[in-house]
Amino acid sequence: MSLVARYLEANGIPTVMIATARDIVETCGVSRLLFVDFPLGNPCGVPFDTDMQSNILGLALDMFETAEAPRTTVVAPYTWPAGEQWKETIFTEEQPFLEGEAYDNWMEAKARYRKIKEARYRKIKEDGQT
Amino acid sequence: MAEPVKYIDRTREYYLAQGYKKPYQWAHFDDVPFTKLSKPLAECRVTLVSTSDVAVANEDGEGRDKSNEFLVGNAYSLPTDTPVERLFSRQEYYDKYATHLDDVNSYFPVTRLLEKVQEGRIGSMAPRCHGVYTAYSQNKTLGVDAPEVLKRCREDEVDIAVLTPV
Repeated sequence: MSLVARYLEANGIPTVMIATARDIVETCGVSRLLFVDFPLGNPCGVPFDTDMQSNILGLALDMFETAEAPRTTVVAPYTWPAGEQWKETIFTEEQPFLEGEAYDNWMEAKARYRKIKEARYRKIKEDGQT
Repeated sequence: MAEPVKYIDRTREYYLAQGYKKPYQWAHFDDVPFTKLSKPLAECRVTLVSTSDVAVANEDGEGRDKSNEFLVGNAYSLPTDTPVERLFSRQEYYDKYATHLDDVNSYFPVTRLLEKVQEGRIGSMAPRCHGVYTAYSQNKTLGVDAPEVLKRCREDEVDIAVLTPV
Protein backbone atom coordinates (compact mmCIF):
# COMPACT_ATOMS: atom_id res chain seq x y z
CA MET A 1 0.00 0.00 0.00
CA SER A 2 2.88 2.37 0.82
CA LEU A 3 4.23 1.80 -2.71
CA VAL A 4 0.93 2.97 -4.22
CA ALA A 5 0.92 6.03 -1.93
CA ARG A 6 4.43 6.91 -3.04
CA TYR A 7 3.53 6.46 -6.71
CA LEU A 8 0.46 8.71 -6.52
CA GLU A 9 2.42 11.29 -4.57
CA ALA A 10 5.29 11.27 -7.10
CA ASN A 11 2.72 11.88 -9.84
CA GLY A 12 1.12 14.92 -8.25
CA ILE A 13 -1.64 13.48 -6.07
CA PRO A 14 -1.25 14.24 -2.34
CA THR A 15 -1.97 11.18 -0.18
CA VAL A 16 -2.50 10.30 3.44
CA MET A 17 -2.24 6.77 4.81
CA ILE A 18 -4.20 5.59 7.84
CA ALA A 19 -2.36 2.53 9.11
CA THR A 20 -1.69 0.31 12.10
CA ALA A 21 1.77 -1.05 11.19
CA ARG A 22 3.87 2.03 11.82
CA ASP A 23 7.27 0.42 11.30
CA ILE A 24 6.37 -1.13 7.94
CA VAL A 25 4.99 2.13 6.53
CA GLU A 26 7.83 4.26 7.90
CA THR A 27 10.47 1.84 6.62
CA CYS A 28 9.03 2.18 3.12
CA GLY A 29 8.61 5.92 3.57
CA VAL A 30 5.42 7.84 2.72
CA SER A 31 4.49 11.50 2.72
CA ARG A 32 1.77 11.51 5.42
CA LEU A 33 0.94 8.73 7.87
CA LEU A 34 -1.76 8.79 10.50
CA PHE A 35 -0.70 6.00 12.83
CA VAL A 36 -3.55 4.32 14.70
CA ASP A 37 -2.23 1.90 17.33
CA PHE A 38 -4.92 -0.74 16.78
CA PRO A 39 -4.81 -4.41 15.74
CA LEU A 40 -4.33 -5.16 12.04
CA GLY A 41 -7.76 -4.83 10.45
CA ASN A 42 -9.22 -1.65 11.93
CA PRO A 43 -6.95 1.29 11.06
CA CYS A 44 -9.95 3.62 10.71
CA GLY A 45 -11.40 3.06 14.17
CA VAL A 46 -13.18 0.60 16.40
CA PRO A 47 -15.93 -1.24 14.47
CA PHE A 48 -19.28 0.58 14.68
CA ASP A 49 -17.82 3.48 16.71
CA THR A 50 -18.79 6.11 14.15
CA ASP A 51 -17.69 9.08 16.28
CA MET A 52 -14.19 7.68 16.65
CA GLN A 53 -14.03 6.78 12.94
CA SER A 54 -15.07 10.32 12.05
CA ASN A 55 -12.41 11.80 14.34
CA ILE A 56 -9.70 9.53 12.94
CA LEU A 57 -10.59 10.42 9.36
CA GLY A 58 -10.67 14.10 10.39
CA LEU A 59 -7.12 13.84 11.77
CA ALA A 60 -5.97 12.25 8.52
CA LEU A 61 -7.59 14.99 6.42
CA ASP A 62 -6.02 17.69 8.63
CA MET A 63 -2.61 16.35 7.57
CA PHE A 64 -3.21 17.53 3.98
CA GLU A 65 -3.15 21.06 5.41
CA THR A 66 -0.57 20.70 8.17
CA ALA A 67 2.18 18.41 6.82
CA GLU A 68 5.06 20.49 5.47
CA ALA A 69 7.42 17.71 4.44
CA PRO A 70 7.44 13.98 3.64
CA ARG A 71 7.65 11.35 6.41
CA THR A 72 5.18 13.28 8.54
CA THR A 73 3.62 10.92 11.09
CA VAL A 74 0.77 11.88 13.39
CA VAL A 75 -0.29 9.50 16.16
CA ALA A 76 -4.03 9.20 16.71
CA PRO A 77 -4.84 9.68 20.43
CA TYR A 78 -6.64 6.37 20.93
CA THR A 79 -5.90 3.06 22.61
CA TRP A 80 -7.63 -0.20 21.79
CA PRO A 81 -10.65 -0.38 24.14
CA ALA A 82 -10.15 -4.04 25.06
CA GLY A 83 -6.62 -3.35 26.29
CA GLU A 84 -3.13 -3.78 24.91
CA GLN A 85 -2.81 -7.53 25.27
CA TRP A 86 -3.19 -8.12 21.53
CA LYS A 87 0.29 -6.64 21.13
CA GLU A 88 1.83 -9.48 23.10
CA THR A 89 0.15 -12.27 21.19
CA ILE A 90 0.19 -11.22 17.53
CA PHE A 91 2.56 -13.44 15.47
CA THR A 92 3.22 -15.95 18.24
CA GLU A 93 3.07 -19.74 18.33
CA GLU A 94 -0.02 -19.53 20.55
CA GLN A 95 -1.86 -17.39 18.01
CA PRO A 96 -0.58 -18.24 14.53
CA PHE A 97 -1.31 -15.38 12.16
CA LEU A 98 -2.71 -17.70 9.51
CA GLU A 99 -4.07 -21.16 10.12
CA GLY A 100 -6.42 -23.64 8.51
CA GLU A 101 -7.95 -22.41 5.29
CA ALA A 102 -6.25 -19.02 5.47
CA TYR A 103 -2.86 -20.73 5.69
CA ASP A 104 -3.72 -23.00 2.74
CA ASN A 105 -4.80 -20.02 0.64
CA TRP A 106 -1.59 -18.24 1.45
CA MET A 107 0.52 -21.26 0.46
CA GLU A 108 -1.44 -21.61 -2.79
CA ALA A 109 -0.90 -17.95 -3.62
CA LYS A 110 2.81 -18.35 -2.93
CA ALA A 111 2.99 -21.40 -5.20
CA ARG A 112 1.18 -19.52 -7.98
CA TYR A 113 3.58 -16.62 -7.71
CA ARG A 114 6.59 -18.95 -7.77
CA LYS A 115 5.29 -20.51 -11.02
CA ILE A 116 4.85 -17.09 -12.64
CA LYS A 117 8.36 -16.16 -11.60
CA GLU A 118 9.83 -19.40 -12.94
CA ALA A 119 7.99 -18.99 -16.25
CA ARG A 120 9.27 -15.45 -16.59
CA TYR A 121 12.81 -16.57 -15.77
CA ARG A 122 12.60 -19.35 -18.38
CA LYS A 123 11.39 -16.85 -20.97
CA ILE A 124 14.22 -14.44 -20.23
CA LYS A 125 16.68 -17.33 -20.57
CA GLU A 126 15.15 -18.50 -23.87
CA ASP A 127 15.02 -14.99 -25.29
CA GLY A 128 18.63 -14.56 -24.35
CA GLN A 129 19.61 -17.64 -26.33
CA THR A 130 17.88 -16.66 -29.55
CA MET B 1 0.44 2.85 26.51
CA ALA B 2 2.54 -0.09 25.33
CA GLU B 3 4.94 0.55 22.46
CA PRO B 4 3.70 -0.01 18.91
CA VAL B 5 4.20 -3.58 17.66
CA LYS B 6 7.46 -3.97 15.73
CA TYR B 7 5.94 -5.92 12.86
CA ILE B 8 9.14 -6.21 10.85
CA ASP B 9 11.03 -7.82 13.77
CA ARG B 10 8.03 -9.83 14.88
CA THR B 11 7.29 -11.32 11.45
CA ARG B 12 10.97 -12.08 10.86
CA GLU B 13 11.14 -14.08 14.09
CA TYR B 14 7.77 -15.69 13.42
CA TYR B 15 8.65 -16.96 9.95
CA LEU B 16 12.15 -18.06 11.00
CA ALA B 17 10.45 -20.15 13.70
CA GLN B 18 8.15 -21.60 11.00
CA GLY B 19 11.21 -22.83 9.10
CA TYR B 20 11.65 -20.06 6.53
CA LYS B 21 15.31 -19.30 5.96
CA LYS B 22 15.14 -16.03 4.05
CA PRO B 23 13.46 -13.11 5.81
CA TYR B 24 11.00 -11.02 3.78
CA GLN B 25 12.59 -7.88 2.41
CA TRP B 26 10.28 -5.01 3.31
CA ALA B 27 10.37 -2.14 0.87
CA HIS B 28 12.69 0.66 1.94
CA PHE B 29 13.48 3.99 0.28
CA ASP B 30 15.66 6.88 1.34
CA ASP B 31 13.75 9.43 -0.72
CA VAL B 32 10.06 10.10 -0.19
CA PRO B 33 7.99 12.04 -2.74
CA PHE B 34 5.82 14.85 -1.44
CA THR B 35 3.08 16.86 -3.16
CA LYS B 36 1.47 19.83 -1.48
CA LEU B 37 -2.22 20.53 -1.70
CA SER B 38 -2.84 22.74 -4.74
CA LYS B 39 -6.22 24.09 -3.61
CA PRO B 40 -8.31 24.26 -0.43
CA LEU B 41 -9.40 20.90 0.96
CA ALA B 42 -13.01 22.05 0.71
CA GLU B 43 -12.58 22.14 -3.08
CA CYS B 44 -10.72 18.84 -3.42
CA ARG B 45 -12.10 15.65 -4.88
CA VAL B 46 -11.07 12.65 -2.83
CA THR B 47 -10.81 8.94 -3.52
CA LEU B 48 -10.19 5.97 -1.28
CA VAL B 49 -7.63 3.25 -2.04
CA SER B 50 -7.36 0.14 0.11
CA THR B 51 -5.69 -3.25 0.35
CA SER B 52 -8.54 -4.59 2.46
CA ASP B 53 -9.93 -6.79 -0.37
CA VAL B 54 -13.19 -4.89 -0.02
CA ALA B 55 -15.74 -5.99 -2.63
CA VAL B 56 -19.36 -5.58 -3.66
CA ALA B 57 -21.57 -8.52 -2.71
CA ASN B 58 -23.96 -9.97 -5.30
CA GLU B 59 -27.64 -9.03 -5.04
CA ASP B 60 -28.33 -12.38 -3.39
CA GLY B 61 -25.58 -11.74 -0.85
CA GLU B 62 -23.58 -14.74 -2.07
CA GLY B 63 -20.16 -14.10 -3.55
CA ARG B 64 -18.73 -11.10 -5.22
CA ASP B 65 -20.20 -8.82 -7.89
CA LYS B 66 -17.30 -8.21 -10.27
CA SER B 67 -19.28 -6.32 -12.92
CA ASN B 68 -17.79 -2.91 -12.12
CA GLU B 69 -14.39 -3.98 -10.83
CA PHE B 70 -12.39 -3.79 -14.11
CA LEU B 71 -9.50 -5.74 -12.67
CA VAL B 72 -6.10 -4.87 -14.16
CA GLY B 73 -3.13 -6.54 -12.52
CA ASN B 74 -4.09 -6.41 -8.85
CA ALA B 75 -5.99 -3.12 -9.11
CA TYR B 76 -9.78 -2.91 -9.24
CA SER B 77 -12.50 -0.35 -8.59
CA LEU B 78 -15.77 -0.01 -6.71
CA PRO B 79 -18.51 2.53 -7.50
CA THR B 80 -18.53 4.99 -4.59
CA ASP B 81 -22.33 5.05 -4.45
CA THR B 82 -22.53 1.31 -3.71
CA PRO B 83 -24.71 0.94 -0.58
CA VAL B 84 -22.27 0.20 2.23
CA GLU B 85 -24.42 -2.76 3.27
CA ARG B 86 -23.33 -4.46 0.07
CA LEU B 87 -19.62 -4.06 0.79
CA PHE B 88 -17.69 -6.79 2.56
CA SER B 89 -14.15 -8.11 2.94
CA ARG B 90 -12.78 -11.61 3.02
CA GLN B 91 -9.27 -10.36 3.76
CA GLU B 92 -7.36 -12.84 5.90
CA TYR B 93 -4.37 -10.73 6.88
CA TYR B 94 -5.72 -9.12 10.02
CA ASP B 95 -5.59 -9.86 13.73
CA LYS B 96 -8.55 -12.19 14.00
CA TYR B 97 -7.89 -12.82 17.69
CA ALA B 98 -8.37 -9.17 18.56
CA THR B 99 -11.00 -7.94 16.11
CA HIS B 100 -13.15 -8.55 13.03
CA LEU B 101 -13.93 -6.96 9.66
CA ASP B 102 -17.71 -6.76 10.05
CA ASP B 103 -17.79 -2.95 9.88
CA VAL B 104 -16.49 -1.85 6.48
CA ASN B 105 -15.92 1.68 7.76
CA SER B 106 -13.33 0.44 10.25
CA TYR B 107 -10.94 -0.20 7.31
CA PHE B 108 -12.63 1.35 4.25
CA PRO B 109 -14.13 4.62 5.55
CA VAL B 110 -16.36 5.37 2.60
CA THR B 111 -19.41 6.44 4.65
CA ARG B 112 -17.22 8.63 6.89
CA LEU B 113 -15.72 10.29 3.78
CA LEU B 114 -19.17 10.99 2.32
CA GLU B 115 -20.10 12.60 5.66
CA LYS B 116 -17.01 14.84 5.42
CA VAL B 117 -18.20 15.88 1.96
CA GLN B 118 -21.66 16.68 3.35
CA GLU B 119 -20.07 18.71 6.15
CA GLY B 120 -18.10 20.66 3.54
CA ARG B 121 -14.69 19.58 4.85
CA ILE B 122 -13.89 18.02 1.45
CA GLY B 123 -15.21 19.17 -1.94
CA SER B 124 -16.48 15.92 -3.40
CA MET B 125 -16.02 12.21 -3.60
CA ALA B 126 -14.73 10.57 -6.79
CA PRO B 127 -17.19 8.24 -8.54
CA ARG B 128 -14.89 5.27 -7.93
CA CYS B 129 -12.84 3.96 -5.03
CA HIS B 130 -10.07 1.46 -5.62
CA GLY B 131 -8.68 -1.74 -4.24
CA VAL B 132 -5.28 -3.33 -4.69
CA TYR B 133 -4.82 -6.98 -3.83
CA THR B 134 -1.79 -7.79 -1.75
CA ALA B 135 0.92 -8.82 -4.21
CA TYR B 136 4.09 -10.72 -3.56
CA SER B 137 5.96 -8.63 -6.08
CA GLN B 138 6.98 -5.07 -5.36
CA ASN B 139 7.91 -4.75 -9.06
CA LYS B 140 4.39 -5.67 -10.08
CA THR B 141 2.86 -3.22 -7.61
CA LEU B 142 5.04 -0.41 -8.97
CA GLY B 143 4.93 -1.50 -12.62
CA VAL B 144 1.25 -2.38 -13.04
CA ASP B 145 -1.00 -1.75 -10.06
CA ALA B 146 0.09 1.73 -8.97
CA PRO B 147 0.04 3.12 -12.56
CA GLU B 148 -3.45 1.66 -13.02
CA VAL B 149 -4.70 3.37 -9.84
CA LEU B 150 -3.10 6.65 -10.98
CA LYS B 151 -4.76 6.34 -14.42
CA ARG B 152 -8.19 5.88 -12.83
CA CYS B 153 -7.59 8.77 -10.40
CA ARG B 154 -6.76 11.02 -13.35
CA GLU B 155 -9.82 9.86 -15.30
CA ASP B 156 -11.93 10.81 -12.27
CA GLU B 157 -10.07 14.13 -11.76
CA VAL B 158 -9.06 13.16 -8.25
CA ASP B 159 -7.14 15.77 -6.21
CA ILE B 160 -6.28 13.76 -3.09
CA ALA B 161 -6.28 10.12 -1.97
CA VAL B 162 -6.83 8.45 1.39
CA LEU B 163 -5.11 5.06 1.61
CA THR B 164 -5.99 2.33 4.06
CA PRO B 165 -4.06 -0.92 4.37
CA VAL B 166 -5.66 -3.51 6.62
